[in-house]
Amino acid sequence: MTQASTEQSGRAVNENRPQRRSIPEGLWLRCASCTKMIYKRHLEASLHVCPECQFHHRISASERVKQLADPGTFQEMFAGLTPCDPLGFKDLKSYKDRLLAEQIKTGSLDAVKAGRLFIKGREAMVACLDLTFMMGSMGSVVGETVTRAVEEATASNLPLIVVSCSGGARMQESGLSLMQMAKTSAALARFDDAGGLFISVLTDPTTGGVTASFAMLGDIILAEPGALVGFAGPRVIQQTIRQELPEGFQRAEFLKKSGIVDRVVPRGQLRSEIARLIDYAGK
Amino acid sequence: MATFYQLDFEKPIVELERQIEAADNRLKAELAAAGATGEESTPINPTIATLQVELAKMRERHAAELTATYSRLTPWDTVRVARHPQRPQSREYISMICRDFAELHGDRRYGDDPAIVSGFARIGPSPGIKVMLIGHQKGKETAEKIACHFGCAHPEGYRKALLKMKLAEKFGVPIVTLVDTPGAYPGLGAEQRGQAEAIAVNMLEMSRLRTPIVSVVIGEGGSGGALGIAVADRVAMMQHSWYSVISPEGCAAILWKEANEQTNQAAARSLKLTAADNLSLGIINEIIPEPVGGAHRDQRGAATNLLGWVLARLNELSRVPMDELLQQRYERFRKMGSYLESHAEPQAN
Repeated sequence: MTQASTEQSGRAVNENRPQRRSIPEGLWLRCASCTKMIYKRHLEASLHVCPECQFHHRISASERVKQLADPGTFQEMFAGLTPCDPLGFKDLKSYKDRLLAEQIKTGSLDAVKAGRLFIKGREAMVACLDLTFMMGSMGSVVGETVTRAVEEATASNLPLIVVSCSGGARMQESGLSLMQMAKTSAALARFDDAGGLFISVLTDPTTGGVTASFAMLGDIILAEPGALVGFAGPRVIQQTIRQELPEGFQRAEFLKKSGIVDRVVPRGQLRSEIARLIDYAGK
Repeated sequence: MATFYQLDFEKPIVELERQIEAADNRLKAELAAAGATGEESTPINPTIATLQVELAKMRERHAAELTATYSRLTPWDTVRVARHPQRPQSREYISMICRDFAELHGDRRYGDDPAIVSGFARIGPSPGIKVMLIGHQKGKETAEKIACHFGCAHPEGYRKALLKMKLAEKFGVPIVTLVDTPGAYPGLGAEQRGQAEAIAVNMLEMSRLRTPIVSVVIGEGGSGGALGIAVADRVAMMQHSWYSVISPEGCAAILWKEANEQTNQAAARSLKLTAADNLSLGIINEIIPEPVGGAHRDQRGAATNLLGWVLARLNELSRVPMDELLQQRYERFRKMGSYLESHAEPQAN
């Protein structure tokens, strides 16, 4: 249900991988999947999808927004929401220290970015989770931001797009994190009553309390190729059933076959797919 | 007293209970030997008198010990009381509080998950008010436990619950849910059949069901698996139950890198999972007291308290106009969370 349960399961983000000494810093990157060297500019131009093997590398929320929005149209909202430590949570490290370290590392206050944008000329509300901040885990700030985005979409009659990637509910806010699942779902019920269009985009990895709330409540659910999406992380399942998991289990293509996602959409086509679906819904 | 599953912090109490039982048997034997038919009219027998005094003293000590032990339970102790095998489960509460129970099975799509019990019921003074009762069932005997996956419901369980709740909505019957699960089942079939979707849809639909809903965490409130039947107008926890985003063991395994007695203790403390913690966080509305020594010592006492709470809350909710009820339910969850907010100008990217 919670973050970190999938930390070791997915493939690692490669952007900060140590480079070979002979290669100039930051110019070349190694694909996390096929291990071929890619010129960094090429990778960026292909939206961080490996030009050799089509592996979809994980990207930050800012990068995601940049990729989705018509240039210069993203207006960030609710950016003043800041996490606090309501429980005084402490494991081997205190939550306060963890938050501070993550904020310094990422330059973000928490694991989500939301606002209004245009996609191929169609106005929409968007919320993108950020894997680089505490595994995209959902605490009060993520829950509140998503809820406000839903409410804003309802009030302004805009289509809503949420791009998920998350380890799940944030343990360090315990019951309050859990309640964000109910809060976001309840807001989506009202959006549904108002006839709103919600497109949920699942990216690698989406698990736990995020999957078990808004991520699965899309009128239309899209997933990026190869994205790991599940309720429980693969490790937990393996420990429970004590047998090998089938090849491709919990990956986007498997979910499509299981009837859980509508379409598997390569990153390069995401904008046009979303625009197309918005048109079908007449929004 | 029957043989009793033993929690380590209950050892002195259980030992005392054994002594009381032995003394009681001795007293009965002495009384029988003396040919006594009742307490009156028999001449004073010094052995019997001594035994009686001793017994009274032991009972006093037992009561004091029990009260003291249960007033200083650590959060981890609470988790273990919540899992006590003699603790009443949904089916036992149903048999104790319902005048009638018409069980309704299945989700009409895949199967009938025994980890969720559901059906129409009549509760309270005759003829009883009609409710839809939904609860997790962990199982008592080994076979039942296995069938119920120890209270870990599958997607079909959550869909069964929703189907019955919609039935209740259709006929204007209020819903009572009893939460008792370590968490939703993590397995192959569960994932394939959309465990996450089933839970998410339940939360969404419960938030707009046009009938009053009350929920009680009776034992374990394990994460999304618990919340999947607990989006309610009023939520209470039994005094020695727990409710949290993850079990202490799961939390310890991830954040402390290993789950053992010590890290479980620490995780249980950090997670703020007790009834008192959840009340102060605003997650629940009330705590339902359990008899001294926990619901496993006095199932009927616990059931009486639970029934009293449910009846009172349903009575109160029945007076609230439906639109207002839904608005209040929305707001109940809408305000949950804790964050700071600075009002910076929105930035363009």
